[in-house]
This record gives sequence, structure tokens and C-alpha cells, in this order.
Amino acid sequence: MTHLLEVRNLETRFFTEEGIVHAVNGITYTLNEGESLGIVGESGSGKSVGVLSVMGLIPNPPGRVTAGEVIYGGRDLLKLTPSEMRRVRGHEIAMVFQDPMTSLNPVLTIGRQMTEAMELHLSIDHETAMKRAAELLSMVGLPNAADRLNDYPHQFSGGQRQRVGIAMALSCNPSILIADEPTTALDVTIQAQIVDLVKRLKEKIGMAVIWITHDLGVVASLVEKVAVMYSGFIVETAPVHELYQNTSHPYTLGLLESLPKVDAKTKQRLIPIQGLPPDLLKEPRHCPFAPRCRYAVDQCWEENPSLKPVAPEHYSACWRWENARQDARQRMMTIGEVA
Amino acid sequence: MTASTKSVSPATIPLNEQDLQEQRWLERLVGPEWARLIKGVLTNPLSVTGLVIILGFILIAAFAPIIVPPPNATWDTTLIPRDGFGPEPKAPGSEWVRNAPGEIPFWYTPLTGREEWVHLWGTASGQYDIFYGVIWGSRTALMIGGIVVLSSAIIGIFVGSLAGYYGGWVDEILMRVVEVFIAFPFLVGALILASILVPKLGRSIWPASIALIVFGWTGYARLLRGDILATKERDYVQAAQAAGANDFHLILRHILPNAIFPTLVVLSLDMGAIVLSFAALSFLGIGVQEGYTDWGQIVSFARSYIFSLDRYWFIIVYPGLALLLYGLGWNLVGDALRDILDPKLRGKR
Repeated sequence: MTHLLEVRNLETRFFTEEGIVHAVNGITYTLNEGESLGIVGESGSGKSVGVLSVMGLIPNPPGRVTAGEVIYGGRDLLKLTPSEMRRVRGHEIAMVFQDPMTSLNPVLTIGRQMTEAMELHLSIDHETAMKRAAELLSMVGLPNAADRLNDYPHQFSGGQRQRVGIAMALSCNPSILIADEPTTALDVTIQAQIVDLVKRLKEKIGMAVIWITHDLGVVASLVEKVAVMYSGFIVETAPVHELYQNTSHPYTLGLLESLPKVDAKTKQRLIPIQGLPPDLLKEPRHCPFAPRCRYAVDQCWEENPSLKPVAPEHYSACWRWENARQDARQRMMTIGEVA
Repeated sequence: MTASTKSVSPATIPLNEQDLQEQRWLERLVGPEWARLIKGVLTNPLSVTGLVIILGFILIAAFAPIIVPPPNATWDTTLIPRDGFGPEPKAPGSEWVRNAPGEIPFWYTPLTGREEWVHLWGTASGQYDIFYGVIWGSRTALMIGGIVVLSSAIIGIFVGSLAGYYGGWVDEILMRVVEVFIAFPFLVGALILASILVPKLGRSIWPASIALIVFGWTGYARLLRGDILATKERDYVQAAQAAGANDFHLILRHILPNAIFPTLVVLSLDMGAIVLSFAALSFLGIGVQEGYTDWGQIVSFARSYIFSLDRYWFIIVYPGLALLLYGLGWNLVGDALRDILDPKLRGKR
């Protein structure tokens, strides 16, 4: 079976004055048509750099994709010429950015910004593009869309702007929508609306979605597959329910433990993950999570584990995943979360 | 008034429905930043004064043939008519014998009470009429300002955009070139280049203009490069890039319109300053031919009488005032623009 998008051993480095930053260290994942994938990780785990590498948007210098393949439509995106890549961006793969307050050009009207990509990729004239822009805006739930096309970004609220951002990303019917923490800059009620909107649009249009977030809670309702990233590695990947029920990596477990549960039956303290994220300037030789891991044994310090199957479609990069899974199940029992 | 209400700018918060309508109309037309800029310039008393002065010069330049008609229809209007060749300047009000303007314009008799042309502001040595020179000199000033500032701004914006956007070795090379030009003191560099160009191009406005452009574009290039470096990191630029925009489009549509504002301030200030530099070159005798309608040229006629300016004050005062007012007008506008765009002064009056 061929996948819509296949990322193989993608490796991105930043060559800075302080040294080489190992931002992404050989990540591999696949995305099928209409499927949605959540990439979860803390700040600096390489989740944004990973998708920017796929889009060919890593600022060079100092950054460079040093290895790997990104197969889309039978072609390796990393080998395309800049002009070929521009035809993919926005047209085949579109992106929604984190901060809606800064990701719209303040001196252009919304209509002008929305039609830009359409005129470029769909070769339609300005009038047709404006009509379509109005349709898109009402599709993402903006009232009197046609009037608002002549407004400037500062006349919209944060949530509205993110809706505009989503409408822009959808304007050329992309087959993949990459959402880079699109709800982080929004308050919680708006977050829920945006998640809901993307979910609805995904079902309606049938595009694949890559949703990047640091919030395991947000992705739970939205995606089918989750990849957990740490220090530029994918440390665990599984279908979303499998990941929550049979957590098999200490880091994922740590993320879950630090998440408050509204419907917890017993009072449970949140357990933070001890220590700090690793220094990406050092070349990873041992398991990157070992310094913070309560399961760490000598082996963890000697050899960096690679992703290994622990269940069907469930992979974990941990020498002691069985111990982590045991504790995860234990935890499920105590807080009464067994599905 | 409390401190909190003071900090709200009348320019950004419309006070009544009419203002609101006006602001919206302007904003629809040119966008929020430009609307703020235009509204700011039109409401600030200083910049309005500046605009009135500039408008005055534009009107004088446009209606120069009505204010002082040339002596005859075939007269080259860029040359000041000479009333003979005597070295001794004539005082204001003395009779205009030779090469007097061909006709008496409608305003002349009611204002001066004379039936025939006199040297209203006197003559310089060589009997060049100062009034004619100052009035027609406003055309030269506006033209020089326009040619020199626009050309240097276009070159500077082009170079600055390339250097700022592409960075790396493109930036390195272009900025080193800029530094080579900056290494020359501006006026000295222009002076030397203009005197090299004069034998090749002949005496006209071009040698000095080209020299001022060659040494003038570097300021724009440097300034804009810095603003482009800051603007290209903005999220909306990456967003446009992710939507498939090419470099040309990114620079022209997304980066430049957001980075251009500091350059505009310098541009308006330079409109005044360049005319002063041109006058300085003219004063030193480099550039235009003798008798050209140029303020600096007229001032230079006073050089021989530098110790008897108590008698021949009119040679220096009238063209000097014209230069002063012209420079002041652009400076007031430029200063107001600077204040409007200064984030620290935002919202203050």
C-alpha cells in the first residue's frame, strides 16, 4: 500500500557558531490519505522543525536537512527545485501557523492575502478568487464573510484570525494540512472551537492532517495516530487509543502524568517530569531521555534505543518499555480511566 | 485630563462618527499603516506647516511664467536674464533696462505700484536678476530633489532589499560596496566626482545630480537592509512562503511594504537636504553653468562681496531664504513622519 506522505530518516541540523544543533535526528512516519497524525512533544523537541523540513522552509543558513527522504506523490520533496517546491507548498501541502496575531500581513486586506495563493496555484482571476475566498470564510464560520474580505487583519480577533488562517490554508484544496500548534496562542474556549472546526473540515474535505501540539489532551479527540517526539527523535508512535491505554515509553507516561484530569475519580497529584530538556548541541549517543528517566539502567546510557514494535502498529524506542507499560496500566487502574 | 486618557491618541481612536467614516474610507483605500501615516501628517500642525511651505514652492514653480515671464518667447527659462554686464550689483527697485520680462503680469502693478519692470530684489554681479532666479530656481530645486532622491532611493531600495533578503554572501558583497562609498565624506566625494563629470557631460544639472546619486543611495540601502532583516523573520512572511509565494512576490508584497516606513522618513528629509548639497556644489562653482536659475548659484554671486554684505545683503538673503524655507518644509514633514512611526512615541501627542 502506498502512503500519501512518507517521511524516512529525516535529519535536520542547524550549523551555528556554538556548534551543531541536532534538531531532528532521523524521524520516520507515514501518513495515509484522509488520515490525521498528531505530533506531540515539548518545546525544542523538533516537532516544528520536522514539518518545516518537509515543507522545505528551514532557513538556510544556518539550517539544513542533512539526510532522509520525504516521498509525496512518488517524488522526493527534498530533491525538488525551488520552483517545483513552490508549486507543492500551499497547493498540495498547506500550513496553518501558531500565532494568528503575527501570521497575517498587517498591510494587506484579508481578501488580498487569501486570493494570492489561489491566483497563483489555481490560475483563476481575481473576481473568482474573491468569490471563493468569501465561501471559504463562511465555511470556517466567519459571519458576513463577503464584507470582511476588505478588512485588515487588525480588525479581527485572535480566534477569527486563526479561522482566516485555516481558510487560507484550505483555499487550494491541499491534500495535506499541517497545523503547527494552531491553538497554542488562543484561549481555551477558542481552542476547542478551532479543534472542532478542523475536525469538521477534515471530514468534509477528506484531507490528511498533521497536527503539531504539546498538549496530549488536544490531540486525543482529533487524530487517529500520534507520534511523540523528544530531543529530535520519535520515541513512541501508536494509534491514539492504543497510546493512551498501553503507554509504552517513560516520556509519554510522564506527559500523561503531568496532565490534569477533569474526571479523575481519586485526587491525584500531578507528577512533573524531573530535569530539563537535553542540550541539542551534544550529539546524542545514549537514550536522550535517560537523564530524566526513572527507569534508566546502564544499557540506556550505552546505547540509544531505536523504535521497535511493542504491539500492532505501536512502536516504542525504549529498552524498558515493558516496565513503563506496567506502570501506565497501574496508573489507569488507580485513576479509573480504563476504557 | 487623566494620564490614561492622555495616552489615547486622537489619530488612532476616532472621536466621532464622521472621523470614523473618514478613517475607514482612507483605510480601505491605502491600508491601516498608510492611513495612520497620512492622517498623522495631516493632523500634526508642524507637518501641515511643512506641507503648506512645500505646496507653496510647487505653486511658485508651476506658475513661474506668470510670476516673472521670460524676456521673450524663445528665451531659455533656466537662464537668469542679465541686465547688462556691469560687475556692480544693483539695489532692489532699480530700473530694468535690458532683457526685462516681456510682459507685465496682472499682479505686478497693483502690488508694486510700478508700470514697468524693475529689479524687485536687485541684481547680482553680472546683472543677473535675483527675483527671476529665485522664482524659477524653485523649479530647479524641486527637480533636483525629485531626480536625486528618487534615483538614490530606487537604487538603495533595490540593493538593500537584495542584501537584506538573501543575506549570506550577497549581503556581504553588497554591504562592502556600500562601505566603499560611505568611506568618502559625502560632499567631498560628490565634489570630486562632479568635477570629473563636468568636462565629460558639460555644465548642466547632471554632473552634480549624478554625483549626489552615486554617493547618496548608500544610506537608503543600509537602512532598508536592516529593516528587511527584521521584517523577513515575521511569521506572515513564512506563512506566505508556505503558501508557495516566490522571492520576488515575498519581497514586493510582504516584506517591503512593511519595512519601507523608516526609509520614507529619510526620503522626505533628504528632499530638503539634497537641494542644500546641490546648492553647496553650485556655490563652489561645480555643476550648472553661470547664470542658471539655481539658488546656490545666486548665493555664490555674493562671494566677491563677502566683506560688503551690509550693502549687497539682497544677493544672499533672498535665495538664502528660499533655501531655508524649502529645507524647513521638508524637514517638518520628515520629522512628523518620524514621530508618527516611532513606536516609543506612539499614542502620544
